[in-house]
Amino acid sequence: MSKILMIIDGKEVEANDDMTILEAAQSTGIVIPTLCHHEKLEPYGGCRICTVEVESNGRTKLVAACVYPAEHNLTVRTRSEKIDRIRKMVLQLLLSHAPDSEQLHDLAMEYGADKNRFEKEASFCIHCGLCVRYCNEIKKKDAVGFINRGARREISFIPEVASRECWNCKECFPLCPTAALQAAYVFTEALAASNPPFETESD
Amino acid sequence: MPRINSPAELEEIRKELLSQRDPDKRTITLCSGSACHATGSRLVAESIEEEIKKQGLIDQVDIRKTGCHGFCERGPIIVIHPDEICYLQIKPEDVPEIISETIKENRIIERLLYTDPATEEEIIHEHEIPFYKNQQRLLFGANITIDPKSIEDYLAIGGYSALVKVLFEMNPEQVLEEIKKSNLRGRGGGGFPAGIKWEGSRNAPDDKKYVIVNADEGDPGAYMDRSLLEGNPHSVLEGLAIGAYTIGAEEGYIYVRQEYPLAVENIGIAIRQAEEYGFLGDNILGSGFNFKVIVHQGAGAFVCGESSALMTALEGRAGEPRPKYIRSNIKGLWEKPTVLNNVETWANVPLIINNGADWFTQYGTEKSKGTKIFSLVGKINNTGLVEVAMGMTLRDIIFKIGGGIPGGKEFKAVQTGGPSGGCLPGDSLDLKVGFDELTQAGSMMGSGGMIIMDEDTCMVDVARYFLNFLTDESCGKCVPCREGVKQMLKILTNITQGKGKEGDIELLEELAEVAREGALCALGQTAPNPFISTLKYFKDEYEAHIKEKKCPALYCKELIEYYIDPEKCRACMICLKQCPADAIIGEKKKIHIIDQEKCTKCNTCFEVCPSRFSAVKKISGEPVPPPISEEERIITRGSN
Amino acid sequence: MVKEDCRTEAMDNNRIDQIIEKYNCEASSLIQVLLEVQSENRWLPKQVLERISERLQVPLARIQHIATFYKAFSLVPKGRHEIHICMGTACHVRGAQLVLDKVQDLTGINPGETDLDLKFSLETVNCLGCCALGPVMEIDGQIHGKISPAETADALKKYD
Repeated sequence: MSKILMIIDGKEVEANDDMTILEAAQSTGIVIPTLCHHEKLEPYGGCRICTVEVESNGRTKLVAACVYPAEHNLTVRTRSEKIDRIRKMVLQLLLSHAPDSEQLHDLAMEYGADKNRFEKEASFCIHCGLCVRYCNEIKKKDAVGFINRGARREISFIPEVASRECWNCKECFPLCPTAALQAAYVFTEALAASNPPFETESD
Repeated sequence: MPRINSPAELEEIRKELLSQRDPDKRTITLCSGSACHATGSRLVAESIEEEIKKQGLIDQVDIRKTGCHGFCERGPIIVIHPDEICYLQIKPEDVPEIISETIKENRIIERLLYTDPATEEEIIHEHEIPFYKNQQRLLFGANITIDPKSIEDYLAIGGYSALVKVLFEMNPEQVLEEIKKSNLRGRGGGGFPAGIKWEGSRNAPDDKKYVIVNADEGDPGAYMDRSLLEGNPHSVLEGLAIGAYTIGAEEGYIYVRQEYPLAVENIGIAIRQAEEYGFLGDNILGSGFNFKVIVHQGAGAFVCGESSALMTALEGRAGEPRPKYIRSNIKGLWEKPTVLNNVETWANVPLIINNGADWFTQYGTEKSKGTKIFSLVGKINNTGLVEVAMGMTLRDIIFKIGGGIPGGKEFKAVQTGGPSGGCLPGDSLDLKVGFDELTQAGSMMGSGGMIIMDEDTCMVDVARYFLNFLTDESCGKCVPCREGVKQMLKILTNITQGKGKEGDIELLEELAEVAREGALCALGQTAPNPFISTLKYFKDEYEAHIKEKKCPALYCKELIEYYIDPEKCRACMICLKQCPADAIIGEKKKIHIIDQEKCTKCNTCFEVCPSRFSAVKKISGEPVPPPISEEERIITRGSN
Repeated sequence: MVKEDCRTEAMDNNRIDQIIEKYNCEASSLIQVLLEVQSENRWLPKQVLERISERLQVPLARIQHIATFYKAFSLVPKGRHEIHICMGTACHVRGAQLVLDKVQDLTGINPGETDLDLKFSLETVNCLGCCALGPVMEIDGQIHGKISPAETADALKKYD
């Protein structure tokens, strides 16, 4: 691990070469918005709201700050017209799921995002993955996971594991930026109450 | 079969094999690829075997079930060697005649030959058929002559001599130089120079490295890789082993989609045979090089064709791509240096080693060397797999080789690059095929799918179709793709249903930007391409759908009405009887009328109306003419 | 092609263990194991997933994600006859949507569903690679090529 020098928004920033752009920026007080990021969890790169512009060797591209590694002599811009357009659209897409989320609301104010740009969606979940990743990486219980793919993707509790582990834990609850997680849990509890766990087959 | 322990032993075996084969012996080769299976080649094969036995010709005639010949429109295909007589669209009933007439009496059966539609000339030899004549079949040529389940056939045509050359006459650096010199670019879609990819892995300081064959071939309409893997699996294995030797890998994976059972079977057989003979395993041919290959099946996810998602799937997880910031040739499978290349890319490697990079670079354009196999499908006369040198024009491929558009219809667009690509219109027909040329025109090479569209294809619907495909196949991890592409699909679906409004195109363009710039992987980043290219070249169709609620191609159900032209209807009652919604009113000698309230737009009446009447019409963007009066509907003798 | 009656009870544990052992009980072979079980049993009952979770030491949440992520797997019993309609681009351009609409009408089910008698399961597939025969309908591995919507009814009648 060694020290490197980057330029973020015109400011010289010293960072360690094992950091991400996000970590380097945060270390010096530059704010980049995030939704799916958590310092205790592996970077996820799912929400894309931390998109920034990087330039090295004369080439620019847009990358997710939470996963892109800090490099020596990298020039980073955290705001631009294009970046702001992308963040605004990401917010508008997520607001169609969770228009009342406080976190989304604050960011929407900053980027001028209209929560009615798209028709309301049935599910609150914005797929930040914080609950699934927390249970997998920190608690190592895997009580909740993803099912399906694409727009049909959802979070789902495993009833047998959840009934064992979640009542006394619930550490993931405060992480959820919308009310989706708590709703999913309550639904699972209700199902488990009416369907006792399967008897396992005798060998 | 005892293991071959040295190049000298291999040459002995090759000599022996060749001496046992009589090049003048009558051989019937029958295309037995998956597409021909679908047209009944298995039954033809059985019929041939039976007939040969029946006519007492088992010792005089060999039968060889080969891989795909490429001319899929005319399958099942047989070629009779050594004369190279080619018969097309064979049915089991044709076989006895073929054996008695052609095999026994050397007489040609003219009705089974290819007839040139323009000159009406009958062509006997396969290589003279225009479909084949204009191709450059460097890779596919062997498919016509070898039985993919027989390693002896591969050895008889010089198979594995490239591997011997690499292991005993070249060091890894020299192999790398040759591949770099050839400028072989990835045939799976990325077009990235293989040599540079290999170099990165070779130089990565790690003791464990991997090579992977990407045989996921998810682009709908593309089946070149399947035909290569089914028809000449050893060529892929040989290329893979050479790549492994170059970068220092001892383990290779072949990721095949499970929807290709014959390919899975044939590559499995090939690996077992290669291991038996000693071309795979420990101390290959006594060189000290160890290499083993494992087959891993896909489970039905297009996104797993993306290299990082493929590696995630190999690790036993859901195929979610990883960001490309850390290149997978440095940190790939299990975080180890991994070279992943497409089937066709690997198959090119033995050719380059055997013939040299200079030989290879004589084919193609300045920046796109070699040949490319395209699957020419859709509204085209000669559907099939074609291999051409890069630089051939789209016009030549579609018209000279493809035989043009069926039914006398007008060419409208050619779609290349699968769901990541775009549609090119008639003005682009003189474009020379190549990686950069296609990208500059607004499409891309992709894996080689080439879908031809005609005047009856609605381009707005094509964009909707691809977005529907991608919405289904998106892994769902990132917002721009999961949410953005989904919203694009919603808007496009509304447009095709007549619910388009002002501002739709602008919103689509905004969403396209977010996907292109913000998505995590290439699936999301290229998802807007079909929309962007159709908007660029066919904007008038979008405007017609939105402003006039009209579908110019007469395809979008909600925007068309079916109408029976009273001038043409002869009251034959065929459409009336077949209409599943009982929506046609009429009787014998009384011109039929469609009840628009009941009509479900199923297209049946349009299909079944006899072509000599062609009375059923589709209308869009204008009101249906009011029905003519009862008296006018009656057909009297001698009227009209 | 005659299909055996589809099983609605779970596969027995011995058979599951056999398959797992073939892959050396390696967690990374999870997808291959599930493919074999799906192929033999025609669906993945929950008890089977739990057994695999135990033997491969993989959390059930991950198995569930994989079983729902990949189209090859089914968590509900399939019908006796599987209808696949190719919706690849070449077939689409040749009118596959109309064929699908007709088959949906005739069977009463949508893609991804099985009818109540467990007779037919309907799926769309993206390219069977028989583009010369488009539009293509495949039933139990048998290809019905160049099929028009009007012809589908006759094709389906052959199956009981």
